[in-house]
Amino acid sequence: MQLLINGALHDVDVSAEMPLLWVLRDVLGMTGTKFGCGMSLCGACTVHLDGRPIRSCTTPVSAATGKAITTIEGLDAEGDHPVQRAWQELNVPQCGYCQSGQLMSAAALLETTPHPTDADIDAAMEGNICRCGTYVRIRKAIKRAADIKAGGGR
Amino acid sequence: MSVLRPTTIDEAVAVLSAQPEAIPIAGGTDLMVHWPHRLELHEKTFVDLSRLTALRGLRWQDGDLVMGALTTYWDVLLDEQIGRRFPLLHRAARQVGAVQIQTRGTWAGNVGNGSPAADGVAVLMAYDAMVELTSVRGVDVVPLRDFYTGYKISHRTPDQLITAIRLPGIPYRTQIFEKVGARKAQAISKIGVAMVEAPGGWVVVANSMAPTIRRCRAVEAVLNSGHPISSPEALHDTILQDVHPIDDLRSTGEYRVRVMARLLYHDLREHIAAFS
Repeated sequence: MQLLINGALHDVDVSAEMPLLWVLRDVLGMTGTKFGCGMSLCGACTVHLDGRPIRSCTTPVSAATGKAITTIEGLDAEGDHPVQRAWQELNVPQCGYCQSGQLMSAAALLETTPHPTDADIDAAMEGNICRCGTYVRIRKAIKRAADIKAGGGR
Repeated sequence: MSVLRPTTIDEAVAVLSAQPEAIPIAGGTDLMVHWPHRLELHEKTFVDLSRLTALRGLRWQDGDLVMGALTTYWDVLLDEQIGRRFPLLHRAARQVGAVQIQTRGTWAGNVGNGSPAADGVAVLMAYDAMVELTSVRGVDVVPLRDFYTGYKISHRTPDQLITAIRLPGIPYRTQIFEKVGARKAQAISKIGVAMVEAPGGWVVVANSMAPTIRRCRAVEAVLNSGHPISSPEALHDTILQDVHPIDDLRSTGEYRVRVMARLLYHDLREHIAAFS
């Protein structure tokens, strides 16, 4: 089966029903995307499929072929996406486990909504749970990322 | 488990005709949640619909909205015209799981899965949706209001594939969708009610109140009659003619009836003069 991940084609020999997350982590060794609950509840495994945020733990790899998959490793080649810059500036993570999923949801939000309100952020981020409770910093960082993006940062 | 990957509707229905036990899968937002721990699923054959480009997208036809079976909640949320014509589709879509579910989950999958808690089905039924079923034998169109016959049992025969959902382009006046869950985000409904005022009278649909999503004909009759309703409690007996809510892990039957009555009463009192 052929997958387009972060702009590169990968041939993988896996069964069609395997969750995309398992292929990413266990087969391809791309461990930036996290296994949280495995039951579509927490959002730690969020990646983009054709630019839209999805949960890779419950997406069979069969449904991801022929589409562009973006993971945290490919959000920006230099790790310098506006959300990543804002996250660093504001020291968002505590333990960090949920954060790659948070970043993927935040990046997708800014693509459709360049200047999100608090309500936009709540709606877009409700599928990403943070046990450390970094929500307040996440909200600030999304607004900061929106400014960075508007100011010409990527 | 084996996965078949047809690329055309003809191929897909041929597969279902030859292997009626095979399960069509679109977004997989319900099926895949159960996959790790329901080992019996591992013995089944799945028909991955993701390559059926003919089932993607939505269109307007003679004033009706026709949604291909792979239309997701997110597709609908991005469509402003739907927001104006059928606002309850937007309201329900925003409350289905989180964005990551809305981008994968399909309206037709919600219908086919047949959960009595399906928010999407409640609003589709309020808008009197028609379900298009395709098989090698031809195309059947079944009104969603008559689609379910029991818990997760419907008129879809195993060889049929849901290929489209059609909403008649009727103008509605009042349109209300209420969802009560354990919390605001990512909750499954304890009680859901979709209500619209159609030219022919009120349509009221309840979810999580019976083994299936269902039309509440007795409630509709009371609303259409203009008889005065003195309190939420006065609606309890009528509600119990329509639905039989159970005690389960999410709520109790008694709570469900009381809350549904209050939702009806308080949402509709400004629209119905007979309410005191």
